[in-house]
Amino acid sequence: MAEFLWKTIGHHFNFWVYIVLLMLGLWATIAKNNLVKKLMGLSIFQSAIILLYVSIGTKEGATIPILDHHGHIPSESHHADVGPEIAAHGVANPLPHVLMLTAIVVGVATLGVALSLVQAIYRDFGTVEEDELLREIKSLHPDG
Amino acid sequence: MILSLNIVLLVFLVVAAVISLGVKDLLSGSMVLGIYGFLICLLWAEMGAVDVAFTEAAVGAGVSTVLFVATILNTKRRSTD
Repeated sequence: MAEFLWKTIGHHFNFWVYIVLLMLGLWATIAKNNLVKKLMGLSIFQSAIILLYVSIGTKEGATIPILDHHGHIPSESHHADVGPEIAAHGVANPLPHVLMLTAIVVGVATLGVALSLVQAIYRDFGTVEEDELLREIKSLHPDG
Repeated sequence: MILSLNIVLLVFLVVAAVISLGVKDLLSGSMVLGIYGFLICLLWAEMGAVDVAFTEAAVGAGVSTVLFVATILNTKRRSTD
């Protein structure tokens, strides 16, 4: 039983935590009442997706994808003296990393825009709570 | 990738996410979100994604916390949920 749990959960723990964080962020984005709390949920949602992609590129026992001056992987392991073209099993896959690098920068830009919109909403309505905002908007347009 | 460190960091990550979404004081929430960003930066470095770790430390733990704190200073600090 313990071995079964370790095989199913322990070695895929990144993906389980990815699902938990994704659902936490989605729940906060939908169900929270405060707009800043919604954006915190959005931030967690985004980093969960980045966690999925980086977890796809990683391997057990792999080192960082950087070569030293002689074109070797800088590690003490047995494949230090072979060329970089046949040592790919010893390094993490850098392609998902590069894709997610753009995703992080885009995410912080959208977060800045969203927070400035929250400040504009607070200037106009005096609140950042969603139910009070809806009541305020309904009182501004009583005929629907 | 170090499996035991990986699991410890992921457990702390979920705890930090739950705390930052659950606390009613928005300033404490954004501080815990900064801790979350630093933990996920450690996780990237441990998984071999050092470039993502650099970016996350500068942008995720630094800039986004500053943006949250600036917004909270310009709006209300208390949240109803």
